[in-house]
Amino acid sequence: MSGYQGIFLFGFLLFLLGILLVIANNFLALKRFNSAKFKPYECGIDVSWDARIPLKVKFYLIAVIFLVFDVELVFLYPWAVVFEDLGWFGFVEIAVFVFLLLVAYVYAWREGALKWE
Amino acid sequence: MEDLWSNLFWFLAGTVILLIVSLLHVAYLTYAERKIIARMQQRLGPNRVGPRGLLQPIADMLKLLTKEDIIPAQVDRPVFYIAPFISLVCAGTGIALVPLWENFVISNINVGLLFILALSSLSAYGVILSGWASNSRYAFLGGLRASAQVISYEIAMSLALLSVVLMAGSLNLGDIVRAQINSPFKVYLIPQLIGFFVFIVSAVAECNRTPFDLPEAETELVAGYFVEYSGMRFALFYLAEYFGMLVMSALAVTCFLGGWAGPFEVPYVPFFWFVVKVYALLFFYIWIRATLPRYRYDQLMDLGWKVLIPLGLINLFLTALIKLIF
Repeated sequence: MSGYQGIFLFGFLLFLLGILLVIANNFLALKRFNSAKFKPYECGIDVSWDARIPLKVKFYLIAVIFLVFDVELVFLYPWAVVFEDLGWFGFVEIAVFVFLLLVAYVYAWREGALKWE
Repeated sequence: MEDLWSNLFWFLAGTVILLIVSLLHVAYLTYAERKIIARMQQRLGPNRVGPRGLLQPIADMLKLLTKEDIIPAQVDRPVFYIAPFISLVCAGTGIALVPLWENFVISNINVGLLFILALSSLSAYGVILSGWASNSRYAFLGGLRASAQVISYEIAMSLALLSVVLMAGSLNLGDIVRAQINSPFKVYLIPQLIGFFVFIVSAVAECNRTPFDLPEAETELVAGYFVEYSGMRFALFYLAEYFGMLVMSALAVTCFLGGWAGPFEVPYVPFFWFVVKVYALLFFYIWIRATLPRYRYDQLMDLGWKVLIPLGLINLFLTALIKLIF
């Protein structure tokens, strides 16, 4: 029991289970048509416009900062695995790298990108 | 040839058994949650179906199976159909990577930890797609909040796990457990106390559990991103949430609490200690749900970005320094 086939088999079985449950549900459940049922859930108030409102730019900013940090982490993972072989050299290199990103992080913080009203 | 067939048989049998056992755990996790929270609030909890209400999860499943599957008129159909499956598969598959005991791991790959992290980030897609496809205001807001929350806490979680990788020198989950058993403290919980704290807080936030359950805050967003779902599709989201808790607890046990190792060997039940630790963590999840009130959204983002990420970075560099000096 090893290798990637296990994950894919497990994921596929989960997917299959989900499909089977939904199909069984569609067979077993009563279906009674009622047009009010197919309206969006709004506590009885009539819907007057599209629900996909423009979103705050904050969400976009968070996503951009996340991207920066995620790429940083992608660099850090291989470093952590071979850390023992690299020794002080690797430590200093990564410290410089993280420091540069921290400058950007502090800048974003001071500019208010992380502030949420 | 015969060897190949028997290998294949054991492989299939192991996968199916793991799937069934973890599904049973997920089902009874809902029962345990209701029962424990009821006890903490001085109620009885479910006690009608079967002795002490033990058949309650099965009754719930049957009820959901016979509920009408409503697809509202305004939804984006293909995305609406596929979102619960993304959630379920991404939340549940991680358990196949966790070594339950030295000789039982469905898929023993070298990048196990990275794969689990990747799956947990992918499950954010299920949330955001369902929120967007539902075309309902509550669902949309829930989806937005959830995605911002999940990506914020994912960085902190990865940083906490990075220190573990640093100490173990491997991304393979089995190797991480073996490295822990050979380390002076036997578990990484003691040297990585800060890391464990960061990981647990982020894991609770990743699973959208109280006190970080803003995406599905019942009192303001009714149920958040899956408000338009009903019947079995709704149940799939529910399953995904509890599967996520199970996977996160199993990951915490593997990375911080020493996996299958315990103070003494239990005969015939090699995964005894693993299961005990997972149950303890799941109890912790339920306990904080009964104890803590919900965070406000700005406090939640502040905690993630201004406390947990700096803490994770400091912990990482402290770990690296200590490892270099000793």
